[in-house]
Amino acid sequence: MTGTAPSLPPPSAWQMYRSMVGVGLVCGLLVVTAFVGTAPIIRRNRAEALQRAVLQVLPGASSTRSFRLAEDGHLRPAGATATGDQLVHAAYDDRSRLIGVAVEAQGLGYQDVIRVLYGYAPARDAIVGLHVLDSRDTPGLGDRIETDPEFLRNFEHLDVALSDDGAELAHPIAPVKRGARTASWQVDTITGATISSTAVATMVSRSAAFWVPRIRRELAALEAPE
Amino acid sequence: MSPEPLWTVFVNAALVNNFVLALFLGLCPFLGVSGRLETAIRMGTAVTFVMIVSSAAALGIDRLLIALDATYLRLIAFIAVIASTVQLVEMFIKKVSPVLFRALGIYLPLITTNCAILALVLFQTTKGYGLVQSLVYALGAGTGFTLALVLMASLRERLELAALPDLTRGTALALTLAGLLSMAFMGFGGLGG
Amino acid sequence: MEQPIPPDPTDAPVPLGEEFRKGVWRQNPTFVQVLGMCPALAVSNSARNALAMGLATTFVLVASNVAVSSLRRFIPRQVRITTYVLIIASFVTIVDYLIQAISLDLHRALGAFISLIVVNCFILGRAEAFASTHGVVPSFFDGLGMGAGFCWALLSIGAVREILGSGTLFGVQLFHDGFQGATVMLLPSGGFFTMAGWVLLLNAVEQRRSRRAAAAPLAAEGAR
Repeated sequence: MTGTAPSLPPPSAWQMYRSMVGVGLVCGLLVVTAFVGTAPIIRRNRAEALQRAVLQVLPGASSTRSFRLAEDGHLRPAGATATGDQLVHAAYDDRSRLIGVAVEAQGLGYQDVIRVLYGYAPARDAIVGLHVLDSRDTPGLGDRIETDPEFLRNFEHLDVALSDDGAELAHPIAPVKRGARTASWQVDTITGATISSTAVATMVSRSAAFWVPRIRRELAALEAPE
Repeated sequence: MSPEPLWTVFVNAALVNNFVLALFLGLCPFLGVSGRLETAIRMGTAVTFVMIVSSAAALGIDRLLIALDATYLRLIAFIAVIASTVQLVEMFIKKVSPVLFRALGIYLPLITTNCAILALVLFQTTKGYGLVQSLVYALGAGTGFTLALVLMASLRERLELAALPDLTRGTALALTLAGLLSMAFMGFGGLGG
Repeated sequence: MEQPIPPDPTDAPVPLGEEFRKGVWRQNPTFVQVLGMCPALAVSNSARNALAMGLATTFVLVASNVAVSSLRRFIPRQVRITTYVLIIASFVTIVDYLIQAISLDLHRALGAFISLIVVNCFILGRAEAFASTHGVVPSFFDGLGMGAGFCWALLSIGAVREILGSGTLFGVQLFHDGFQGATVMLLPSGGFFTMAGWVLLLNAVEQRRSRRAAAAPLAAEGAR
């Protein structure tokens, strides 16, 4: 680098390997230590965040348990820190009675994928709450799906009763123009955030069509004591 | 496999969530190389090519890491993949087309520090894209990057002859242009939804 | 013929305070060197995110500067860039896990840009240009200075965007309830415009200062 540097013999291949492997080992050690050290804290953070969201969409609940949809179509208890998309979260009140089940849904919004959590209460045959988990839509416009109280009120009682054979929803959830809501299975969209709000309605509709029949079938497993 | 259809993936990467104008990625080359139209096109092509190859390689490495349960090595592995890909692409182009190699010149090695490539492989991992989706995503991202670069270069070439205060020339002008382009691209929002 | 790493340069040692200060103003990474802009614009739509990103980057910068500086005699020149990138990537991974452990919310806000710190040109730049030829303590202060410069650059962009875009600063409401923020400030365009504004302002200040410095000797001579 400077003209006055004394010239040492060029490094041998061994020296280069040694330094790279040495540095690699030390770096690896640091990374693994950080990973192992923070992993339990991160798991706990995630479980707490999920718990908070579940309790928000199912009012009156005080504890949650996660269930996974197994290959045979039955719901089996999953660990408190399980992750994945075949998971639902059952919420219980302080007398361990099932209040409802929180389900995650996702779909393409205006800018990017939106993720929501909605609470289904089997006793009322309806969805009783919605919470937006992740949304990158335009601040002030698309992100009103998170804050607009009128929109969120749609989900305080959204009819998801099953058809007679119990295999699908009697009335699929349908997004309608603002103010045109006449039936309890319709969702008033937000003017000015039509695409985002319609997307939310659509993803909830799709998800409910899949999960509600299955949850109803497995009520016994959900209500069973731990 | 993500449920997104291929054309949505492409349009999203190229227009709606343009890597430069919407996601703020690849800004160093965007502001540095966009002075001339010709260099802009060359840089864009090189980046697109590297993106596609890195995308496929990163997908493979990621599957391996998941199998080995070593996902904490993801970042290091991806950086290594990108650096190697750039090196390989450079050698490949040199052998196959010396003319193209000379034309691209210094731009190839610079791509290694282009955050757009790393972001691409990170995003495709979190979105859970399969192989074909990843390749289309890379193609879309590269196309969007090239598009932004070309637009910027054309504008700057024109503005070189305009009467502007000296103070604004250079970075300030480039950034303002980028802001206006970004606003224009917001019009693509909702496409592919 | 490649030269291995030369020993410390024999020029006069620079006072540590100066090492720190140059990063903050004269060689500010964002406004002067125009490096590391991707995170500067992407996560600066609120002052809190901007500060968090600045601190995370400073951590990686200082750590990697110190690491590279302490290992500078053991790393052969041929493999130095690869080694630097390996070191930087490791610290970025560590910072990523640390942020997740501190606040998942913050991690979601900063997103992929934490991982993108590793390709932040000026971290590699400092390792190559400074840490590889200077001692550990000067490298530490160099990293701290550059990091501080980056932090204040990010904060200035983030604060303007947050104040004009949401009417808050660090989440604290500044204006009355009816304030309608300029949403464009929170969008990518706003980032570009804000940074353009700052660059323009700082250029103007610098131009005025150099004009005054050039005029001073003439005035002192009393010529004209």
